[in-house]
Amino acid sequence: MVLSLAILLSCQLLGEGVARGLNLPVPGPVLGMAMLLVGLRLIPQLALVLRPTVAVVLANLSLMFVPAGVGVVGNLSILSSDWLALSVVLVVSTLAAMLATVGTFLALRRWGQGDS
Amino acid sequence: MGDMAALWSYLSTEPLLWLTATLLAYLAAAQLARALGTPPWANPVLMAVLILAPVLWATSTPYATYFEGAQFIHFLLGPATVALALPLYDNLPTIRKTVLPIVAALLVGSVVAAVSAIGLARAFGLAPAVILSLAPKSTTAPVALGIAEAIGGLPSLTAVLVILTGIVGAVTVTPLMNALRITDWRARGFAVGVAAHGIGTARAFQVHPQAGAYAGIALALNAVLTSLLVPLLVRVLLP
Repeated sequence: MVLSLAILLSCQLLGEGVARGLNLPVPGPVLGMAMLLVGLRLIPQLALVLRPTVAVVLANLSLMFVPAGVGVVGNLSILSSDWLALSVVLVVSTLAAMLATVGTFLALRRWGQGDS
Repeated sequence: MGDMAALWSYLSTEPLLWLTATLLAYLAAAQLARALGTPPWANPVLMAVLILAPVLWATSTPYATYFEGAQFIHFLLGPATVALALPLYDNLPTIRKTVLPIVAALLVGSVVAAVSAIGLARAFGLAPAVILSLAPKSTTAPVALGIAEAIGGLPSLTAVLVILTGIVGAVTVTPLMNALRITDWRARGFAVGVAAHGIGTARAFQVHPQAGAYAGIALALNAVLTSLLVPLLVRVLLP
């Protein structure tokens, strides 16, 4: 577990360093994810080391959003008198985005399936 | 009584109390969700927040004090994002065969997420600063805050809208996809990752590992695309 954490944090650190160093519009952890993917391609044994820790982390991904979520409750007043309009916008726009994404994905799924 | 007050004043200023409280609230929320048969509306983030918020309010604990403890959990968002590389790696063979749907769905979904938010907000007559805060709502929080700041939105409002969007997506994705009889976990996961970032991705991992992997790809790609796209769309739609 300690080795896994060290690998994850090293990738994040590297990603953070490159993102800030080159002023990229990508968050460090997202770049770190790309770096770890490259690492896994180069050293497939890494997957065996990481798997138990990653399984626990991803099964409890919701936990990590709780502190930010609590912040939202304390800050709901920022929505002010717009809260009803904003709620409608959030719900409709999120549903529309999911529908558009899933529709496009399914419509284009047939292509590229043959090249396996 | 004096001892109790002294104990409280000690505990309430140490990170231990609110770190533990956050873990316990999350465990209680997960347990409750399981007991209810994990219905989509019993979202663990939402329920844990609904347990903690009244406790903070009743003890008049400021958010800054709470966060001194909770920051250790909040910090894990970084390594957890890096960890998404493993399911991505596991699914590489399928991903290779779905490159076209991934790219096209990302573009369409990301544009619809931003344009529908801007359009609806304009139709409701919301203030320009509010519209600009709303535009990057579907991408992961650090990216959304950066965009909001760059285009003239209010980052603190964006932070609230991003989290709420995540919860809306996480709660609605399962009933929506079931109603449409969509059974492709890749498509379902990708959709919630594009529309509802990390909180949607957390939901996808609860439902199916492949949905989680595709939500993770969507989250990563949309972080990049939204930061390029939203400033451009705003210039076109809000001259």
